[in-house]
Amino acid sequence: MDVLYFAWVRERIGIPKETVPSDAATVRDLVEELKAREDRYEAAFADLSALRVALDQELSDFDAPLAGVREVAFFPPMTGG
Amino acid sequence: MKIAVQDAPFDLGAEADAFARGHRDMGAIVTFTGVVRGDGGLATMEIEHYPGMTEKAITAIAEEARDRWSLGDVLVIHRHGRLAPGDLIMMVATAAPHRKDAFEAAEFLMDYLKSRAPFWKKELGPDGASWVAAKDEDEDALRRW
Repeated sequence: MDVLYFAWVRERIGIPKETVPSDAATVRDLVEELKAREDRYEAAFADLSALRVALDQELSDFDAPLAGVREVAFFPPMTGG
Repeated sequence: MKIAVQDAPFDLGAEADAFARGHRDMGAIVTFTGVVRGDGGLATMEIEHYPGMTEKAITAIAEEARDRWSLGDVLVIHRHGRLAPGDLIMMVATAAPHRKDAFEAAEFLMDYLKSRAPFWKKELGPDGASWVAAKDEDEDALRRW
């Protein structure tokens, strides 16, 4: 699946987008897989309460299942307007 | 209904004028415009967004407003990219038969755009760059609707 990062999450991980081969069942499982990769992921995902997630461009949550999802995005709380 | 997410500046007068025309049964047009504040020596503001999701999220918010209030039309323009103090960031406009609907819907749109549309603001000032943190009151503002 495609995994996208925005704002300081993008800066901490160092890339805006990557394709991640994963069988993770939930968003939380995917986060654990990413954190196990490298320190920069561990740093970005240290506090999940500071993050939001969107699945196929719809806001979701960390317990949501990933079956059938093509695009996962991680970002801090939004600051539009 | 017009939703525009763009890096180019927009002409507030021209947009408001175009929006206000052609509504023969709408007695009230409300517009709100967001402007970059130069607080704390802010030099520039960079607005990042999530192409694709941004347009979808704003459309969903605008459709929710049309479901809740009696509206004839809705306009949302939101810029991204690099902006300077005094630049216009965004505008919303609502047209309704009566002003209460137009005002309330405009406030609803603003409250939701602030924390449910995928934009992130980064400020560059004398102390370097920092991401603007979301405020608890922005989340609280959604609860009244």
